Amino acid sequence: MEALATPEMIAKYEPVIGLEVHVQLATNTKIFCGCPTGFGAAPNSNVCPVCLGLPGALPVLNRQAVELAIEASLALNCTVNSKSIFARKNYFYPDLPKGYQISQFDQPLAEHGFVEVSVRGETKRIGVTRVHMEDDAGKSLHEGFKDSDRYTYVDLNRSGTPLIEIVSEPDIRTSDEAHAYLTEIKQVMQYLGVSTCDMEKGQLRCDANVSVRLKGAEKFGTKAEVKNLNSFRFLKMALDHEIARQVALLESGGRVVQETRLYDPDADETISMRSKESAHDYRYFPEPDLAPLRISEVWMARIRERMPELPASRRQRFIESYGLREYDAHVLTATRPMSEYFEAVVAASGDARAAANWVMGDLAALLKQEGKEIEDSPIAAERLGQLVKLIGEGKINGKLAKDIFPKMVETGDDPDTIMRREGLTAISDEGALGKIIDEVIAANPKQVEQYKSGKQQVIGFLVGQAMKASRGQADPATMNRMLKDKL
Amino acid sequence: MSLAGHTIDSIRAGLLAKKFSAQEFTRQALAHAEAENPKTNAYLTFAPERALNAARAVDAKIAKGEDPGALAGVPIAVKDVIVTRGVKTTCGSKMLANYVPPYDATAIIRIEEAGGVILGKTNCDEFAMGSSNENSAFGPVRNPAALDRVPGGSSGGSAAVVAQGTAVLSLGSDTGGSIRQPASFCGVAGVTPTYGRVSRYGLTAFASSLDHIGPFARTVRDSARLLQVMAGRDEKDATSAFAPVPDYAALSGDLRGMKIGMPREYFDGLASDTGDRIMAAVDMLKNLGCEVRDIHLPHTPYAVACYYIIATAEASANLARYDGVRYTTRSSNAHTLSEMYRLSRDEGFGDECKRRIMLGTYVLSHGYYDAYYVKAQKVRGLITRDFAQAFEQVDAIVAPVSPFPAFRIGEKMNDPVSMYLSDIYTITGSLAGIPCMSVPCGVTPGGLPVGLQILTKHFNEMAMFRVAEAYERASTN
Repeated sequence: MEALATPEMIAKYEPVIGLEVHVQLATNTKIFCGCPTGFGAAPNSNVCPVCLGLPGALPVLNRQAVELAIEASLALNCTVNSKSIFARKNYFYPDLPKGYQISQFDQPLAEHGFVEVSVRGETKRIGVTRVHMEDDAGKSLHEGFKDSDRYTYVDLNRSGTPLIEIVSEPDIRTSDEAHAYLTEIKQVMQYLGVSTCDMEKGQLRCDANVSVRLKGAEKFGTKAEVKNLNSFRFLKMALDHEIARQVALLESGGRVVQETRLYDPDADETISMRSKESAHDYRYFPEPDLAPLRISEVWMARIRERMPELPASRRQRFIESYGLREYDAHVLTATRPMSEYFEAVVAASGDARAAANWVMGDLAALLKQEGKEIEDSPIAAERLGQLVKLIGEGKINGKLAKDIFPKMVETGDDPDTIMRREGLTAISDEGALGKIIDEVIAANPKQVEQYKSGKQQVIGFLVGQAMKASRGQADPATMNRMLKDKL
Repeated sequence: MSLAGHTIDSIRAGLLAKKFSAQEFTRQALAHAEAENPKTNAYLTFAPERALNAARAVDAKIAKGEDPGALAGVPIAVKDVIVTRGVKTTCGSKMLANYVPPYDATAIIRIEEAGGVILGKTNCDEFAMGSSNENSAFGPVRNPAALDRVPGGSSGGSAAVVAQGTAVLSLGSDTGGSIRQPASFCGVAGVTPTYGRVSRYGLTAFASSLDHIGPFARTVRDSARLLQVMAGRDEKDATSAFAPVPDYAALSGDLRGMKIGMPREYFDGLASDTGDRIMAAVDMLKNLGCEVRDIHLPHTPYAVACYYIIATAEASANLARYDGVRYTTRSSNAHTLSEMYRLSRDEGFGDECKRRIMLGTYVLSHGYYDAYYVKAQKVRGLITRDFAQAFEQVDAIVAPVSPFPAFRIGEKMNDPVSMYLSDIYTITGSLAGIPCMSVPCGVTPGGLPVGLQILTKHFNEMAMFRVAEAYERASTN
C-alpha cells in the first residue's frame, strides 16, 4: 500500500475532477435490436443475431432510446445536435461480441450542458461536456462454475443494452461535489424516467479523471483515470484516496503518471490497470451500418413538451409557492414520487407547511419503520391530506391527529371515519369547555393562587389538567385563552 | 440435366404445363450439379433438404392453383458469404469452416417466398477478399470456359455455376467488383445494384459501406427478375433504401436517342483483345441508335488507392468478431486470452485477410486516420461527384469490366498489387454506390469471355437493364 498524504499536505493542493457517468436507458428493448433489456434472465437468453454479433447481422437504432437520450440531454441543459454520428470503437474483449462498441465520437448527440449542485449551502455549476449514446457489452463471469479455475463464461444478455455516457468538464473540486453531481444526475434521470439508475444492477456507473495542482496554479496536473466507482460511498472514498495518493507522490518529489487505475473498495485503494503507453488505440471511425442520426426541431419540441418538471425547478417552485425552507424543499424533491406525494397532500389539505411537516415527520418515520418507499406508503396522500385538513379546520387538534394517524395505518380507514367512530372530535363548545375549566380551577386552588400572584408559567400546568379532563379533545390554544380570561 | 438451357420462364412454363414437378426438377438439378461440381469446385455445400422443401412448397401451390411465385422452382446457388439458416456458411474461410447460421439473410427469405429453390452454397475468396477465387480456404474454382483459369472473384463460384449450367441463377456479393469481374470472366450477366437497393441483412460484412448483394444469370432479363425479388426496403438494414422498386423486367428494347458515355480514362491505352471486344460493343450500341460520346471521370486514377483504404479500414473492424470466443474455430495451442486471440486469428485467417486487416488497422491508427481514412472519404466524394456530373450529360456509361480476361490459376497469386489493379474499372462504380453490371460481349481470339460494363445513376437500374438487354439481344442474334 502506498503512502497517503496528510491533511496538511492535501490542504496545499486543489483537486481537479471530471466524471464520466454511464446511464442505462430504461427502454423496453435493446439499442440496436428487438431483444428485451430485462435484468436477471437466464444467461444468453435475451439474445439474437444482432446482439450476438453473428456474421451478417446489422444494427437498427431504437427510436425510444434516442428519445430518452434527448430527454436526458435537455435536462442536463445541453444543446442537442441536429446531426450526430455513430462510430465504431475497436477493441478485443470476450464479452464484446462484435469486436467493437458502437458509440459516438467526434459528433456526439449533445454538448455544452451543465448541472447545478449545492454543497454546504453554496450552489455551483458543473459543465457537461457531452452526452453520447452507445451499446453496452456483455458480462464475463469469472466465478460460480465448477471449472471457473480454467474458464471464463460469457453472458451476452446485457450486450446491446442502451447507454448514455455523460462526460463532465473538469469542474469538480472535492469528493463532496462529485457526490452531489452524481446525486443530481441520478435524480434528474429518475425524474425523467430515463433510467432507474440502480447502481447495484449497473444502471448507473461512474469513472473519474483525477488530478491535483498546487492551489493557485493554472496548469492542470497529470490525471489518472479511476474506474469502478460503482456506489456513492465508493465514489467519495476512491476520490479521497486518489487525491491523497497523488499529493503524497508530489510531496515526496515524485510525479503522477497518466494511467488507468481501478478502485478496490475492500482495500480502499486504487490499483494501476494500464499506463498511457499501453493505452488502447480505439481506431474510431464512422459506423457505416448506421446513417447519421438527424433530429428535427419538431421532434425535439415534441420531446421537450412531454418532459416533466425537473428537480431543480420543482425545488424552486416549492420554495416560492409553498413558502418551504430550502432544506425542506430538497428533502421533498429528493425523488419524483416523494414530490408528487407531497403535492397531493397539499392539494387535499390546502396547507403546504403542515403537509411538509407531516410528510417529513410522522410519515417519514412510519416509512422508515416499515422499510417502505413512499411509492408504497400505507397511507395514501389524499388520506394524509384529509387528516391535515381536519386539523386546519379545527375539527381535531394536533394531539388527536397523532392518535388518528396510526389508526389509519391499522384500519386503512379515512381520518374522518376514525374521528367519528372513536369520538375523537375536538370540543369547541365554549359552554362545555367552561365547565371543564371551572372544575380545574376548583381542583387546583394552590396553582390558581400562584398564578394570580404573578407566576405566569403555572398556566401551562392548568391547561394540561384541562386537556386531560377533556381527554385531549379540546384545543389547547382555546383552553389557554379561556383559562386566562376566567382567572 | 444441365440447367444451361433453362430460364425462369422456361421452368415456370414447364411447371405449369406439368412437364415436370418442382421436386423432380430440383432432384435432377441437384444430381447434375453434384456430378459436375468436381470439374470446377464451384459449390462448397449442397442443401438438398432445403431445396426439396422449397420445391415441395412450389408443387403444393401449383396443385392448389395458386401463383407459385416469380422464381417458382428455379435452382439458385448462393455465395457462401450470405447466411442460410441450418446450412453451413463458411465465407470461404477456415475460421468458419463449421459455422451453421441460426438465421436467413433477408435476400434468402425473399427468394424462397418467391418460390426459388436454393441448391447450395458457392465457393468464394475468403470473406469476399480477392479477384480470382484463389483465396478460398477450400481450394480455387476453375473457370468453366477454360478450366486452367480462374473464374474471377470474389464471387467466382457463383459466376461459375451459372456458366457451368449447375444453377440457373446465383447470388454474389460485390464490394469492389466481385460480381462484375467474375461475370465477365465466366461469360454471364452479373449485376451490382445501387447501394441500399438490396438489404445487406445476412450478408457477412467485408466493407459495409461498399458491400452489395447482386444476381448472376445467363440472361439480362433473368438477372433483372432476380433483383426484382430481392430489392426493396428492409427494416433490418438501416442503410436499405425506401425508393420504390420498378418492374425491372419491363424492358422496351429500344435504345434510340439514348446517350451513352465513354469515360476517356477507361479507354486510353486499352489496346488489347479486351479493348477490341468493348469497342465492337460500343459500335453495336451506336447501330442500335445510341448517341455515344466521350466523357471524363477525372478522379479515376485515385480510385484503387481510395478503395483499398476504405475497404480495408471497414474490414479490420468487421473481421474483429472472428476472435475464437464464440462460433469461430479456436486455436488449441492457446493458454492465455491474448494467445487465444492471436493464435485463433493466425490459424483461422488466410494471407489476404491478414494483409487487409493489417492495412485497415494501420490506416485507422492514431495519427494516420486523417491522412488516410479521412482523405480517402474525400476522394470517394469526388469520385461520386464525377459520376453525378457525367450523368447530367449521358443516360448510361459503358466501360470495360477488367483490363484482361481470365488469367491462369496461380499467375497473379504472388503479386497482390497486380491483382488489386485488375479491379481498376469496377472499383469506381462501387465507391459511388451506383448500379453497374457486366453483360457478356463475346470472347477473345483465345476463346475467353469478355464483359461489357454498363453503369447508370443511383436507382436507375431500369436504364442499365435496358441497355444491357438490347445489346444482349442484338449481339446474340
